[in-house]
Order: sequence, then C-alpha cells, then structure tokens
Amino acid sequence: MSHGFKGVVKRELAYYFSTPLAYVILFIFLFSAAILTFKERFFQICQADLRLFFDSLPVLFIFIVPAIGMRLISEERKSGTIELLLSFPVTVRAVVLGKYIAAWLFLAVGLILSFPVVITVNYLGNPDNIVILVGYAGAFLLAGCYLSISIFSSAITKNQVISFILSVSICAIFAFADYPSVLNILRLFLPMGLIEAFENMSFINHYESMRRGVIELRDFVYYIFFISGWITAAGIVLNERMGSR
Amino acid sequence: MIKVKALRKTFGNIVAVDSVSFEVNKGDVLGFIGPNGAGKTTTMRMLSCLIRPDSGTAIVNGYDIDCNSLQVRQSLGYLPEQTPLYEEMTVFSFLKFIGEIKNVARREIEKEVMRVVEVCSLADVCYQTIETLSKGYKKRVGLAQALISDPPVLILDEPTDGLDPNQKRDVRAMIRSMAENKAIIVSTHILEELEPLCNRSVIICRGKIVCDLTPEAMKEQGSGDIGDFFEAITRGVT
Repeated sequence: MSHGFKGVVKRELAYYFSTPLAYVILFIFLFSAAILTFKERFFQICQADLRLFFDSLPVLFIFIVPAIGMRLISEERKSGTIELLLSFPVTVRAVVLGKYIAAWLFLAVGLILSFPVVITVNYLGNPDNIVILVGYAGAFLLAGCYLSISIFSSAITKNQVISFILSVSICAIFAFADYPSVLNILRLFLPMGLIEAFENMSFINHYESMRRGVIELRDFVYYIFFISGWITAAGIVLNERMGSR
Repeated sequence: MIKVKALRKTFGNIVAVDSVSFEVNKGDVLGFIGPNGAGKTTTMRMLSCLIRPDSGTAIVNGYDIDCNSLQVRQSLGYLPEQTPLYEEMTVFSFLKFIGEIKNVARREIEKEVMRVVEVCSLADVCYQTIETLSKGYKKRVGLAQALISDPPVLILDEPTDGLDPNQKRDVRAMIRSMAENKAIIVSTHILEELEPLCNRSVIICRGKIVCDLTPEAMKEQGSGDIGDFFEAITRGVT
C-alpha cells in the first residue's frame, strides 16, 4: 500500500470519533432513517422488510455523505496542514485514499448502528435476512459512490460550504439521473447518445437490484469504476493545487 | 548534505526564485534571510518537495528532490512558516502520528516521542490538546514534529517568529545544540539572531542570492551592524 496510508486512515478515524460534529451527523442520519422507515406506510403494507429503509437511503445520503466528506481535503488546505502532511514521506495517493477509506468506514459504522431497525422488523415478522444483508452491502457501496464525489469536491476548494454544496449538487444529479424531468432538461443541450450514457450512470439503477437482494457483477464493476474515477480525479486536483508535486 | 543547483520557480509572470545555488554541509546552520517576497519560503518549499521547480534541482542527503521525493522527505524535518498543526489532537497523539507517518519502528515510536518532548520542553503540555496551547508552545510542537525520527536535514521557516525573548533564546539554543550532526537551514527576518544561531548566512533578494558570508563578515562589512549591510545589499539590487 502507498506510503503513509495506514497513518492517514488511523488519524482520520480518530478525528471522527473525537469531534462532536461527526456524532451529530450520525444522530441525524439514524433519526431520519428511523422516521422514514417506520412512517405510516410501513404499518399499512403489513410487510416485515426494510424496503422503506433502503428506499430512503439514496435521498438521505445526498445530504449526510457530503456533510461527512466536505472537510476531508478542504479543511487541510485551508489550515495549511496539507503542507505539513505532504512534507512527510507520504504520497498524494495515500493521503486521498486514506482519507476516503476512513470516511467510508465511518459511514459503515453509521449503517451498522441502524441495527435496531433490523431487530424491529425481525421482531414484527420473518424478513429474509439475506436480502437485508445484500441491501446493506448495496447501501455501503452507494455511500462509497457519494463519498467519492464528496472527496473530489473537497479537493477542488478550500471552502467547506462550497465543497458541501458542490457535492450535494453532483450527488443529486447522479441520484436522479434516470428521472424523466432531469433527462428532459439534459435533452435541451446534450446529444441522445450522451443522455443514454448519463441515464445508465444513475446510482439508483445499480442500487435497485442489490436493494432487492440481487447481486450482479455489472453493478460491482460500476461501483468500482465510479469510485476509483472520482478518487483519481481528487488526487489529480490535489496534485495540481499543491503545485504539481 | 544539501546541494542546490540553479533552482528556478515562476508563478505566472513573477520569478519567485531565479537560478539559486548554494550548499549546506553537515554541522552548518545556514541563515536564510531576505526581504518579504524575496523567495525564501519558495526555496524552502522546493527543497521540501512541496512544489516542483521549473528548472534546476537540489540534492538532499544524497537524494534528488525531483526523482527521489519520498527519500528526500524521509531525510528532512520541515517546519512550515505558519506552523500548521492538527489542533484537535493532543501533543502526544500528534507526535505519535508523525512518528508513524515518518516510518519510525512501531516499538520505538513512544520512546522517540518522549525524546522530542524532552528536547523541546513539552512535558508539561504533553497530554493537552494543541488548540489550548500558547503560540510559543505551538511553535515548539512544530519544532518537535520536525525532529521526530532525528532527520539529518532540518528546514525551519522562521522558527522563532512570534515567540517571546526567552522562548526565542531557548529555540536558538535548541537549534545550536543539534547543529553538530545535521545540516540546518533557518529562514529569519531577525538579523540579530544570525550571529548567535548561524555559522553562515545567505541573503536572497528578488529571487536571487546576493550574498553568502558568515554573520561576522556581514557585520564587519556593515561597519559593525548587520542591518546596515543587509540594507545596502538588498536596496542596491535592481
């Protein structure tokens, strides 16, 4: 692994568990997820599964993940600690990847902490726990996609607010890429081929099958390419910002 | 230990560093002085592999800054001008993190941290978060991180800036005490500290080196005042 990767991951993880902001975001996530899952409809459909929970995640993540990821690089650039960090024997790749993995693990903790929802549906009925497990894996990968966009936005600007807004906007575009209203706007200035390609880039299309408990190779390939693409772009931007090191 | 060969760096139309060459040997404490915007920090940042020169190169501890960036950074301790630190960490956890990232052996890290804590007189604040420390202590933490892994080369950008007279004296004494086994570059605005701190001084002005002498020789040429010499040299450059 790249030089300094482990150290960066450890420091970032320690940061998350030592600051109140991370706990606040975690609380908002869990609270909102519980509200959206156990709303009236859950009891109306009389089905003990986590469909509503998994349905709510793509929208919740649009705000929660950028809130976690907005500071990843922008804060270090603003405070100047990125200069200190890169004066050590570490590579830019290790810094970006280390920060990304730490934030992703933190989001995984958030997902794990939603276990009372699983316990509740198991108490209420007999859900297919394999489907739930695959759904969680899909949610984890989905969070990784949002986070890769967030780290890229964070590399672009020193301002965390701008980083957040940019990240929310890009995430929303990819989350709703297959919505007719979004495609209608794009049709005004993009050729048909690009619109179809864009439609296929939607998170939701790939998340949908895992949400239903189906594991497909093409979804994994999509997630891997999507995440590595944005992370690579973040590394290139940081390199550029640091004076072409 | 440090060989700088015709380093040049431009930012747009501005030539920040223009064909700068000098050498620093083991045992040297080189004072790097010059007016604001002269190119001191840019030169130091290039030597620390933070920015890439447009042309020229430098060899640090036998490694080329262009081709062996990781080895160069493993060989040096760098104190940036504004002393950026991870303020939410305690001094101990911060220095431990630096030890890890500088590849200090796991079983040696705590020993190494305690060594620099003692050298920089940080024992009283070792378990305090950095954000609660005074400016003087923060500067010392900055110095401590540069000393972790006992690198043979130190590049210190204004290490005494913002310190009170006693702290300045302590930091100078600390740097002098380490000089024997290291090559040290210290940038400063305070001409009075050249004599007690450095055995050589380089004056840089508008990106070019205009003088490379001992502080004593500068004083002599300035009729007993280094300030007069500095003024004559830097204002005489066109």
